[in-house]
Amino acid sequence: MKILVAVKRVIDYNVQVRVKEDGTGVVTDNVKMSSNPPDDNAIEEAVKIKEAGKATEIIAITVGEEKSQETVRKALAVGADRGILIKTEGIVEPLAVAKALKKIVEKEKPDLVFMGKQAIDDDCNQTGQMLSALLNWPQATFASKIEIKDKTLEVTREIDEGLETIEVDLPAIVTCDLRLNEPRYASLPNIMKSKKKPLEILTTADLGVDTTPRVQQIKVEEPPKRKAGIKVVSVAELVSKLKNEAKVI
Amino acid sequence: MSVLLIAEHNNKEVRPFTLNAITAASQMDGDVHVLLIGNNCGDVAKLLSEMPAVKKVLHAEASHYENYLAENFAPLVVKVSENYSHIVSSANTFGKNLMPRIAANLDISQVSDITKVISADTFIRPIYAGNAFATVKSTDAKKCVTIRPTSFEPCETSGGSAPIEKIDATEEFTLSKFIKREEVKSDRPELGTARVVVSGGRGMQNGENFKLITDIADKLNAAIGASRAAVDAGYISNEHQVGQTGKVVVPDLYIAVGISGAIQHLAGMKESKIIVAINKDGEAPIFSVADYGLEADLFEALPQFLEELNKLNSIQK
Repeated sequence: MKILVAVKRVIDYNVQVRVKEDGTGVVTDNVKMSSNPPDDNAIEEAVKIKEAGKATEIIAITVGEEKSQETVRKALAVGADRGILIKTEGIVEPLAVAKALKKIVEKEKPDLVFMGKQAIDDDCNQTGQMLSALLNWPQATFASKIEIKDKTLEVTREIDEGLETIEVDLPAIVTCDLRLNEPRYASLPNIMKSKKKPLEILTTADLGVDTTPRVQQIKVEEPPKRKAGIKVVSVAELVSKLKNEAKVI
Repeated sequence: MSVLLIAEHNNKEVRPFTLNAITAASQMDGDVHVLLIGNNCGDVAKLLSEMPAVKKVLHAEASHYENYLAENFAPLVVKVSENYSHIVSSANTFGKNLMPRIAANLDISQVSDITKVISADTFIRPIYAGNAFATVKSTDAKKCVTIRPTSFEPCETSGGSAPIEKIDATEEFTLSKFIKREEVKSDRPELGTARVVVSGGRGMQNGENFKLITDIADKLNAAIGASRAAVDAGYISNEHQVGQTGKVVVPDLYIAVGISGAIQHLAGMKESKIIVAINKDGEAPIFSVADYGLEADLFEALPQFLEELNKLNSIQK
């Protein structure tokens, strides 16, 4: 079995995101970037499947600017076998990413495609479902448990009401929830080794994918600032304030 | 042109977020028509037809629509969508799962999780877990939009009498199969929609101490939250995680206990109406967003808190 894992380079989740003064976006210069956290769960799951002897090859892929190679290298360091960067500039919407991934799926013919359920930058939560639609494959979104059967996959999904279990035929798209597993850290020797693993670089133009945005970002603003609150001296005062001043209890 | 709203339901009742989505849809363009896809869901059609904001109900039935698999729903929505300017659903797990499949089939770039309708093609949506708000304009001829339920009031549910039109089902997608659904049976409100949330952080020190949180939550009919640090430390399961990598919550009252206020956590809760912080470190960043801060040891403060709540004659639920 061959598994394709799509990853994304995003601003690290521990960084305070700042809006640019001209309102064109958020500041990314000199900001710590990391792999999108649920994508780490996606790679981890693929590696676990390979370690269990059920997969032969893991390909890590990203669509993004040149520096997104770092994110692919990180996937290689934790166990992916080879990487692909589809190089782009500027904002690439989920639909265009899905179209680019579709081209790679058609070429590589993986049995499974994994990715995080959502990227923590644009918070769109679309790419997996879109890729699945374009390929007319089954989709298993928000997966918190995956069991590989003969030619199918049994997936437990996180839904608002609790949990849902579905079975999908392979090939399929799975988007991963944080509950799926505990991503491992890359060891230094594995980071060194990952530098020697193959990483192919393509462009969306090579693939014939139009990435012109269809959604114009008119402006980006900071959320309204909270006004400074007060310190209370006792629990009794706190409860009294909540009851009589804020009227929330 | 009219707006096509995809109803979420369980074949018996309309699920509550549909009401918020109808409100958002009615702010977009023209009339709101609701598409009801299900199995033996005639009662739901009737409930929807009574909502004054709904001008027509399109009702499709088939056994393969029973469990709302996106693979079965999407082809029908695509088929029906021709005469509509907008396709809308709630941005919960139902809409998040379904809408991108529709959008991609229609070659539309979806606008996810909007918090405000500016005009028929322009919306505001949070990015970076609410650390920034983007005003976006869709240039696609048709718009696929999901709405953040907590940002819109639910619509009226009675007084209307929209016509119900039966439509044909589409073929079954056989590559996916529903197995089971385990609804979490909890007396506690759901974290994403609770009016009150009480959250614990690393300061709780271990899982057992969350009992102190649970007692307060019981009293306030609150959902229980946690910081990523508390989840990573194994004190509580990550379905409780509030933050950029967890759930974004907007309750009337958020009580953060033993939580320092890392950016990751603030991203998930700082839109709450009233924030309370209880922390023994007076310099903790959480105090900069708290309306009421109490600098105290949580192991002393929480039992006192419970005691004070017990003294009250009435507590809002």
